[in-house]
Amino acid sequence: MWIYEKKLQYPVRVSKCCPRTAKYLVEQYGGADGELSAALRYLNQRYTIPDKVVGLLTDIGTEEFAHLEMIATMIYKLTKDATPQQLQEAGLGEHYANHDSALYYNNAAGVPWTAAYIASKGDPLADLYEDIAAEEKARATYQWIIDMTDDVDLQDSLKFLREREIVHAMRFKEAVEIIKADRDTKKIY
Amino acid sequence: MNKKLDANYYSKLLELQQLDFALVELTLYLDTHPNDLQAIQQFNQLAQQRQQCAHQFEMQYGPLLQFGHSYSKYPWQWIETPWPWQV
Ligand SMILES: [Fe+2]
Repeated sequence: MWIYEKKLQYPVRVSKCCPRTAKYLVEQYGGADGELSAALRYLNQRYTIPDKVVGLLTDIGTEEFAHLEMIATMIYKLTKDATPQQLQEAGLGEHYANHDSALYYNNAAGVPWTAAYIASKGDPLADLYEDIAAEEKARATYQWIIDMTDDVDLQDSLKFLREREIVHAMRFKEAVEIIKADRDTKKIY
Repeated sequence: MNKKLDANYYSKLLELQQLDFALVELTLYLDTHPNDLQAIQQFNQLAQQRQQCAHQFEMQYGPLLQFGHSYSKYPWQWIETPWPWQV
């Protein structure tokens, strides 16, 4: 089971109301390489992956939910004081018409989240390579968003998330080696 | 929002977030390096520190966890603000 902890993994501060940045950030909320996709991808793979890497998938999957909450916090803080007019100017008019200021699992272009973003191949190496690619793609997205904002407080939180993707990718690469080594031992005996 | 949110709240929270960050890092590292004794010792030591830090935080600012992993004063503290995105 999961237990909720009433705190963010890392502080999230924004220095100004900026619905445009929020619009881009939604990519990491309900987009293909976003945090929701990441959490659901890893946790779902646990059931059929070799025992040796179940712990890693559980822990990274859980951490991704903490990242999802950080992204939600950023979007909430960037939009909470925005007028409908400002949302419209930022390209969020369509979103506002449907959801008011509520968050929704869609990407930056407004496409709703879909399970098609998640691969589940049942082959441990195929799944782990998918995970490594997902982490690298998320890292790249964070970089593009960091480049598009001049809010240094927001950049600080985004850099934290970018660094986490690097660590996750590294751990998944180690998991690949663990699986390969395990296979080789089984071939010998 | 909430009158309890003084400078001390933010520094205590940050202290806990720092300890927890080290613990998350060590956890993921140990998931792929289960035989690193030194890392396990560091993990256990930090886990103890973390427990004390969280306990102090909860005494001042209310429960961090639910389903019986934290205690509550009267009235039921869990539903009190602030929620994480409000600070
Ligand atoms: Fe990640």
